[in-house]
Amino acid sequence: MRVALFVTCVNDALYPRTGIAVVRLLERLGVDVDFPAAQSCCGQPQYNTGYRREAEPLLRRTAEAFAGYDHVVTPSGSCAAMVRAHYPRIARLAAREGRGSGLEKLAEDLVPRVHELTEFLVDVLGVTDVGAYYPHTVTYHPSCHGLRTLGLGERPRRLLAAVKGLELVELPGADECCGFGGTFAVKNPDVSAAMAADKTAAARATGAEVLCGADNSCLAHLDGTLRRAGVPLRTLHLAEILASTEEDPLR
Amino acid sequence: MTRTDLGMPAFPPAAPFPPGATFPPGATSQAFPAFPEAAKEAVRDDVLRANLRRATHTIRDKRARAVTELADWDRLRAAGKAVKDHTLRHLDHYLLQLEAAVTAAGGTVHWAADAEEANRIVTALVLATGEREVVKVKSMATQETGLNEALEAAGIAAYETDLAELIVQLGHDRPSHILVPAIHRNRDEIRDIFRTEMAGWGRPAPEDLGDDPRELAEAARLHLREKFLRAKVAVSGANFMVAETGTMVVLESEGNGRMCLTLPDTLISVVGIEKVVPTFRDLEIFLQTLPRSSTAERMNPYTTMWTGTADGDGPSAFHLVLLDNGRTDTLADETGRQALRCIRCSACLNVCPVYERAGGHAYGSVYPGPIGAILSPQLRGTGSDIDATLPYASTLCGACYEVCPVAIDIPEVLVHLRERVAQGGPVTRAGIRVRLRPAHGHTAERAAMRAARLLLDRPGALRTAERLLARARRLRPRRLPGPGRAWTDTRTLPDLPAEPFRDWWLRERGTRP
Repeated sequence: MRVALFVTCVNDALYPRTGIAVVRLLERLGVDVDFPAAQSCCGQPQYNTGYRREAEPLLRRTAEAFAGYDHVVTPSGSCAAMVRAHYPRIARLAAREGRGSGLEKLAEDLVPRVHELTEFLVDVLGVTDVGAYYPHTVTYHPSCHGLRTLGLGERPRRLLAAVKGLELVELPGADECCGFGGTFAVKNPDVSAAMAADKTAAARATGAEVLCGADNSCLAHLDGTLRRAGVPLRTLHLAEILASTEEDPLR
Repeated sequence: MTRTDLGMPAFPPAAPFPPGATFPPGATSQAFPAFPEAAKEAVRDDVLRANLRRATHTIRDKRARAVTELADWDRLRAAGKAVKDHTLRHLDHYLLQLEAAVTAAGGTVHWAADAEEANRIVTALVLATGEREVVKVKSMATQETGLNEALEAAGIAAYETDLAELIVQLGHDRPSHILVPAIHRNRDEIRDIFRTEMAGWGRPAPEDLGDDPRELAEAARLHLREKFLRAKVAVSGANFMVAETGTMVVLESEGNGRMCLTLPDTLISVVGIEKVVPTFRDLEIFLQTLPRSSTAERMNPYTTMWTGTADGDGPSAFHLVLLDNGRTDTLADETGRQALRCIRCSACLNVCPVYERAGGHAYGSVYPGPIGAILSPQLRGTGSDIDATLPYASTLCGACYEVCPVAIDIPEVLVHLRERVAQGGPVTRAGIRVRLRPAHGHTAERAAMRAARLLLDRPGALRTAERLLARARRLRPRRLPGPGRAWTDTRTLPDLPAEPFRDWWLRERGTRP
């Protein structure tokens, strides 16, 4: 089974520790994981902001970088959703607008092989207890694209619940958006900040030590809000908790 | 009950139009500020935030329960979408069939290409009756055309009879929600409006009026009753029009609609052309999905259906004004046309985290919330500041799509309209296919997106940039300049890592980059 890590541009540049956690976690589970260096960005910022054609070369690059792998695993529900839900549309429109059917073939080939991390663990590997250890109180915020576009459902919480020592507390209003929304965060800063304030207040009220998520872009927004407000609530990507073990605990 | 003639009520002056507050229907959207500016005001209004939060969360939870009850909800949703898509695909056919059926049943059909023509037709019809006042059933189409203002200019008083519309009208206010136009008001505010304003329009509110909902409703009931009993002309919209029979359908909760639709001599209905359904049987879908999606009721209290006129029963004259006002142009757009499936249930408003915080007025249209963000820029075009910013008034969280009873993929249309704003593109205006130029103010963004793409499409250059970023980690500023300031105003920047992931991989796992 050839498995590629699609680390995403945000994790590559800003959160390498999440990528490292995915590599360690998958290797611990016996997966031979590779990192094709030709990958960069899925094109979501361009597409969602209204620059669909700028996303086309990135679709091509992403599809070509992961050609030949059985599975492509990414620690981002949003980037997985970009590929699965929007690549087919981008490719279809490119063909209709006279730029050939090449992207359609690439998208068709790539889409079924792309899995968000928790899907890969639960659906492909068939595990919920990954042998992790993290003795802390954790609350989980399901980011919107993972929740609604991919339909991740209970997968992330089942994985967390199986972590030794971890106490999972429910986040009230968990399914409400955190207010990041890519360029929304800067185009509509007031509403974005109001949403972050409500989300972080809800997380804080749970009494958890850690606010866990599966999308670092949302977490960057929430973490930045918490730190600016001086709130001692740690944000962590799910992969880092799942990578933590008794022998090599996350600090 | 003794009847007191209170005479013709004096018309309160039209509400002034404070920028950033509300949007008068029919007024040009050019005057309205961009969404982020309008929303900024609302976000700071703690009372408004609290009112909206309480109201939207209550109805959101109730809707979820009402929908979960139905085992076949997904199939009803798919069926509703299919019926609407089919009708829109053959809209010309069904509208002509509808016209023939309404005419055969004794009604008169008028065609209005735009708001102005619709208002002109209705004004002329009212004037021809010799009446100078009309009672109104809550109607989005007449809000869209600004009919009340047009009637007022012709010396005709239009009385809103829906409780929430009454609150809005008495308060010299504008609706902020499709279904609950006074959602931004709490009980205290409503009591104050009734106490100070009712007397100017008719029967005054009791002097000792409290803020108990029952008391407030009773005051409204007594105030409205004299209007119902006196009115000779009513103006309504319709939720559905059945092409095969010519039947109009209005769903409501309060019974005011039933009064307006049955008591007056003349009934004028202004209805968007997309409200037609082919057969009576199609209603079996929407009479299930609309109440549950809008008020979270299994069945709405009043469903009024009428077909033309009937001797000695109900209005003796019925006029149907079919309103286009940008709908045919919207229909020409393959991605955007799905907005015309909308049955105005408001479920998308009630779940929208942006609506909850920005409030309805910030959308600068009678159609607020997610559906407004895709409808207004299509019906009005993307030329004004508000219409060019509405497609960005969303995090694309998808909650609206999830609850939509006719499965409108609102995020997809938002992204499509963002493209239209940022890049320009083909669009239909007044039936003519034109190519839009990109909206102003996107030049720097366009350049940045292009530069980012060029960088991201060259992993060598990307790695160099990431290494530079890592090297600059100690310089991490508290405030960013330019558009980045919007980020750092409320958020600390993340700590920069010592090296990008790809360098770690290269070092630790050693495969060639």
